Amino acid sequence: MSLLDYFRASKPKSATIAKERLQILVAHERTARSRPSYLPELQKELLEVIRKYVNVDQEAISVKFEQDDDQETLELNIVLPDFQQDNKQVNM
Amino acid sequence: MARIIVVTSGKGGVGKTTTSAAIAMGLAKKGHKTAVIDFDVGLRNLDLIMGCERRVVYDFINVINGEASLNQALIRDKNCNLLYILPASQTRDKDALTLEGVGKVLDELSKDFKYVVCDSPAGIEKGANLALYYADDAFVVTNPEISSVRDSDRMLGILASKSRRAESNAEPIKEYLLLTRYDPNRVKSGEMLGLEDVQDILSLQLLGIIPESKSVLTASNAGVPVILDEKSEAGQAYEDVVARYLGENRPHRFLDDKKGFFRKLFGGRS
Repeated sequence: MSLLDYFRASKPKSATIAKERLQILVAHERTARSRPSYLPELQKELLEVIRKYVNVDQEAISVKFEQDDDQETLELNIVLPDFQQDNKQVNM
Repeated sequence: MARIIVVTSGKGGVGKTTTSAAIAMGLAKKGHKTAVIDFDVGLRNLDLIMGCERRVVYDFINVINGEASLNQALIRDKNCNLLYILPASQTRDKDALTLEGVGKVLDELSKDFKYVVCDSPAGIEKGANLALYYADDAFVVTNPEISSVRDSDRMLGILASKSRRAESNAEPIKEYLLLTRYDPNRVKSGEMLGLEDVQDILSLQLLGIIPESKSVLTASNAGVPVILDEKSEAGQAYEDVVARYLGENRPHRFLDDKKGFFRKLFGGRS
């Protein structure tokens, strides 16, 4: 920090910080809201099916839902357990 | 047919009951027969703010359960004979409120009243959901404070998805913003979110800004809605809110601190 910066005293006001935090948070929560409500249930059932064959835990599965203007994408990512020292990933 | 207004916020302590009492009184004073209902079962407080706590005999739950008629439970306001209060039950469980029961009471009120104001409890549980379910208009009460703005945004999501109008694909609930406990001085010095900051996030139709005012506490101490304190800034601000809601075009006051201006003018220290 230079001496000039010290005198400039350009510390952002607390209301500005509040607004920035809010904008990020609200945008995030709004996208979460528009996601279909069946996602957690889908994730749970998928986990059950996969567990019949491979022993994976809860964190090994991620379900991502994205919405663009004209299409919706459902991305499913399963990390298979680490045998033979390399990660095998199944992407669907 | 009555117009059903829900006063909601998500967050507690932002001024829902103060606002419900004030606007119900304001509407009644303008000559519209108005009922105000407390949906906060178990933690009723509207009766205190309206100053009728000692006249409560029957309550909302009694009416829903058929233990009393609506006319027996409605309390006529002592200051305005077009205003009636329907208190919440203090002893019953929240589950006593049912969708059908609330619908039936609102239907019956609709025959006789012009406006029904539903004072929502805080939170997003049953009482809050039922308070907004049948609404035509929503007054979203927000403080210029991050947690309140976030919760208001959450409520907007619920208003848009979990109401009768949303479920029946009718015209959506009309949403209005009431920014309460506003302190123009702190906004000016960058310590408080300003109207524009809040509107950048919520972008609602603004019904009014209620300045932080000592008269709100004084009014609740006395059990008189603050709108009747015509000398107070908060009272005047609520008067404006009611007039704007009824279609009048009034400029927004209380965005600048007048005292600060005069202090500056006469060289006094703030």
